[in-house]
Parts: sequence; C-alpha cells; structure tokens
Amino acid sequence: MFERTKLILVACIAAFAALSPLIGGMNPYYFNILISVGISLILAVGLNLVNGYTGQFSLGHAGFMAVGAYLAAAMSLGILFPYLDPPQWAPTAEELAADPQATVAKWTYPFKALWLLFGWLINALFWCHNHIIPLGAALPGWGKFLFALFYGGAIAALAGLTVGVPSLRLKGDYLAIVTLGFNEIIRVVLQSADPVGASRGLPGIPLATNFFWTFTFAALAIYVVWNIVHSTYGRGFLAVRDDEIAAEAMGINTTKYKVLAFVIAAFFAGIAGGLYAHFFQYINPEGFNFMKSVDIVVMVILGGMGSMWGVCAAAVLLTILPEVLRKVAKIEALPEWAREIAENRMIIYSLILIILMLARPQGLFAGWVKKKTRPA
Amino acid sequence: MSAPLLDLDNITVQFGGLKAVADVSFSIGERELVGLIGPNGAGKTTIFNAITGVYRPTAGHVSFLGKKVGHHPPYIITARGIARTFQNIRLFASMTVFDNVRCACNMHLKHGISHALWRGTKVAAEEQRIERDVMELLEIFGLHEQRDENAKALPYGDQRRLEIVRALATKPKLLLLDEPAAGMNPTEKVELMKLIRFVQEKFALAVLLVEHDMKVVMGICERIVVLDYGLKIAEGTPGEIRANPKVIAAYLGKETAA
Repeated sequence: MFERTKLILVACIAAFAALSPLIGGMNPYYFNILISVGISLILAVGLNLVNGYTGQFSLGHAGFMAVGAYLAAAMSLGILFPYLDPPQWAPTAEELAADPQATVAKWTYPFKALWLLFGWLINALFWCHNHIIPLGAALPGWGKFLFALFYGGAIAALAGLTVGVPSLRLKGDYLAIVTLGFNEIIRVVLQSADPVGASRGLPGIPLATNFFWTFTFAALAIYVVWNIVHSTYGRGFLAVRDDEIAAEAMGINTTKYKVLAFVIAAFFAGIAGGLYAHFFQYINPEGFNFMKSVDIVVMVILGGMGSMWGVCAAAVLLTILPEVLRKVAKIEALPEWAREIAENRMIIYSLILIILMLARPQGLFAGWVKKKTRPA
Repeated sequence: MSAPLLDLDNITVQFGGLKAVADVSFSIGERELVGLIGPNGAGKTTIFNAITGVYRPTAGHVSFLGKKVGHHPPYIITARGIARTFQNIRLFASMTVFDNVRCACNMHLKHGISHALWRGTKVAAEEQRIERDVMELLEIFGLHEQRDENAKALPYGDQRRLEIVRALATKPKLLLLDEPAAGMNPTEKVELMKLIRFVQEKFALAVLLVEHDMKVVMGICERIVVLDYGLKIAEGTPGEIRANPKVIAAYLGKETAA
C-alpha cells in the first residue's frame, strides 16, 4: 500500500518519456489532437476539484487558463509591462483655456479613483513581473519553459485566490455569475492590453510543449487531485459540498477549503494555459472566452461531478469527438445525407450532450468505480 | 461543583422583533449531564446555535473553559472542544460511514495541506493513525461492519448514532445533543439513554441534551434547565423540575376559573 500512487506516477512519467520520441514523429494532425487531449485533461481534472468535489459552481476556468497562457508566453518572449502613469490630478491653466469642456471631462476622470484603489497595486505587480522575467530568461533550455509554466500557474493561482476570497461567500448561481464575470474581465483586459498584442493576439511564442510535458503535467494534476481528495484533508472538500453547516460543526473551515480548491484548480488551469500557448504558438483573448469555460464545465458534468476517471474519460471524449465527426464527414463510402449530417458537427456535438444529460444526468461514468474509503 | 466548563451569561438572541432567547444564564460543569427542555419554540435550538457559533448572541456572552467564545465561527468553537449533533440529521450524504467520521478528524491532522498534495511521508502515518482512531470509535458503537456503507443507507437509529460518533471524533469536552431521541421507538430510546450515559462516562464529557421526551430527560439528566418563550423558568434536579408548578403550567397550561 505504501506509496502505490507515487509509483504509478513515476511509472507514467517514465512511460511518457519513453514514448515521447516515438509520438513526436506522428501525423501532426493527430499529434495536435493528442496534445489538446492532455490540456483538456489538466483543465477538467482541476475544475473537478472545484465543481465536482467541493460543489462550488465555477464558470470562469478559461480565465485562469488565459492568465497562465499570457504570463507564460510573456515570460518566454521576455515581454515587460510598462508601468501605468498616474492620472493628471488637476488641469493646468493652459489646458483649461484651450478647451474647457474636454479638460473638465478629463479632469473628472473616474479612473482617478480607480488609480487610487488599484493603480499602485497593478504597478507593484508589474514591477514584480518585470523583475522576474530576467530570472527566467537566464535559465537554459527546458528550465526556461518550465519556469514560464510555473510562473503562469503561480499567477493564475494568485488570481484564483483574489477571485476566490471575496466571491466564495456566494453560492450556486451567484458564484457562477461572479466567476463568469471574472472570465470576461480577463478577456476584455487582455483585448486592450497592448504589450501582449491586445485583440490581435500574441504570436511567435516559441514551441516548447511536447507530448512528454503535456502528459506529465496531466499525470501530476491527476495525482495531486487524487491524493488530496482521498486524504483526510480532502474529505473536507466533500464535506463542504454535502453539508456546509455540518462541516463547520465538525471543525472544518469551509471558506479555507473552498478557496484552496479554487487556488489549486487555478494553478493547474494556468499550467494548461502555458502548455497551450507553447504548443499553438499563438494566443488570442477570444480563445479564452466564456465558451471555453463552458467546454470545461461540460467535461466535468458529463464525466460525473466528483468522479475522477469519469471526468478524465469525458475530457478525452469531448476533445476527440468534434474531430471524429470531422473525419466521418470525409468518409467517401457513407451516403451523402449521412456525411452532410456529420458536416454539422457542432450541432451533433450539442445533440450528443443533450441526449447524454437526459439519459445520464448523474454523469456518464458516475457510479462505475466503487467508492473507495480506505486511504489509498 | 468545580469551575463551570460552559457558562452562559445573560444570553439574548433576537431575530428582528422576536426575542427567541432572552437573558438566559446557566452553566455546565465538567462531566455533567444537563438537560434543556421546553415546549416547542421555547428557544432550545437557538441556544444550541448560540453556543456553537451559528448565531451570535445579541447580548450576553458564552464562555467555554473560562474564555469567551464570542464571535468565533463554528469551526473554531468545535476546535476548542464543543461538538454537536443536529435535530434533523446532517450526515454527509455522499460519503461512507467511515468517511463521515474521518471528516471530523480533519482538524487534528498534524501535517499541513501541502503534505496531502504530494502525499509526503508524514501522510501515510497520519492516515493510519486516523483510520485506527476512527475504527476504534466505530467499533465502540458497533458501526464498524457498516464502514463502507453509504451513511444515508443506514437505518435511522444508526444514523443518529453515527452523528454522535462523528461528533466524538472531534474529541470534544462538551457534547451538545439536539433531540437525539426524535423519531425513535421506546426500545431505541432506552438504548439511546444507555448510550448517552456510556458516552459521557467513557469519554469523560459534559453533555447538554435537548430533548422532548420526558422519559429520556428525566431518566438520565443530573440537572435540567427549562425554557419557555425564550425565558428560563426553572432549573434543578429532575425531581424538583417534576414538582415545579411553573414547568407544569408551561407544559399543560394553567388552571383557569371555568
């Protein structure tokens, strides 16, 4: 029993290392799908900790992914952030004389208050970023990439903490809306952030993600979430989901657990974002919109909230499914009507989701694996 | 009586215009079994919630072990040594019997959460210790054979017992039982009385018992506090309470001139 899970992890990583050169030479199209599967796995397993095990409905997972992707990319590209200038405090006499109306409008700038609240904080964060960048740049080869990934993950975790602490007082739909709002804020900020390409996106990110790193991080995500959920600590997450009042009465700090789930999920989302950025070599704020968050939530729900292997299976399935449908549409032997149906693969995708939710609302694989209670 | 374990000093809990509990004071000594009774709506559960931090008293304060409990959230109060059960059973429905109890061991973990993430070396030893403790508790209450069953699948009486086991796993000094006999038949009630007494002796606890069933309360409590409309109307031994005209009036109504 001792450290069996750790052995499995090491074996998996060794296997990925052995397979990596073989897989590197495969058809780029399939390789592409394979990496996407790995990234989906990390995202879904992380979100499962929040939505599945802790029972908090978060709809902003793509936001954390965006934070990770952009910061990891900024690290790899050595992008420094220019500090924000403090707003002008009072109009000068010349300005007033030249155009009184415009000057007054500028002077009563609402951003002045925002500056007072957040400006110094943002600049402090930028300062940290600008001083961490050279550290990463000094590292050789893979070190630089890993540093960028962990940097993205850490900042995403920090974002998870900042979003989590105030918003986890909310429950259910309200929490979903706040997290969705966070997702949109991130997207909109990125769309207007010039140093990282604004809405044009950020091109030219070096290719560093490969089969080995993607699946090693996927295995790590599964390992960490599995460990935490099956530990006595982790039972606290489930307790929060089942009955918050009883959990508090049993000495469980429910707020701490909720925030912790959020932070861990955000960290892995950040890692996934970094992997994504260094594989597709181009990121765009639109790639991390609400629909991306929904995709991840669907994986969690379809797999069965709080079922590790179910969620993994759903992440694999839902990533592959659109591509399978694309293939089906190209099979010559099929009759014309069948191919035409397959051509509308997004519609079929949604239809399959609806049917599955009607047929198995508890999740595709819920209840397949016998619940284990002995510490693994 | 030694220095009181729990001391309620003029507790008032007000919901808007309604005073659910008004100026109630009483104390519980170590290893004492105290009953809290009163007609429906007398404020018994409100007092429970005020002690465990679910509600904050509008006025007055609760002291435990000589320190004010004040405005702490429930989990800190539990960590200090007050555990409770609920009037309507609140077991963790998706978990097994074993895991329900394991949850309550959470705050006694000696390693930090980072160890749990990486499954550090301390974790295995701690998990084994917890498993041993939990199984020991379950065995005392005869629930060890159902350890892998879902908590909600247990018979009603067992669920009640499991709630007590779960509360005990937090290693309390004071156990609050909110209507443990509700919905039990007479045989089960006799069993429960034995169980409560056994728990109190075995774990050297003080117990505060809210109960409607007079047989249970009169049978096991050393002292009884009676509430009516949020006010304390009597306190004393079961014999005294039984003879107290105020209590009789509260339960049966006053004689009026026809």
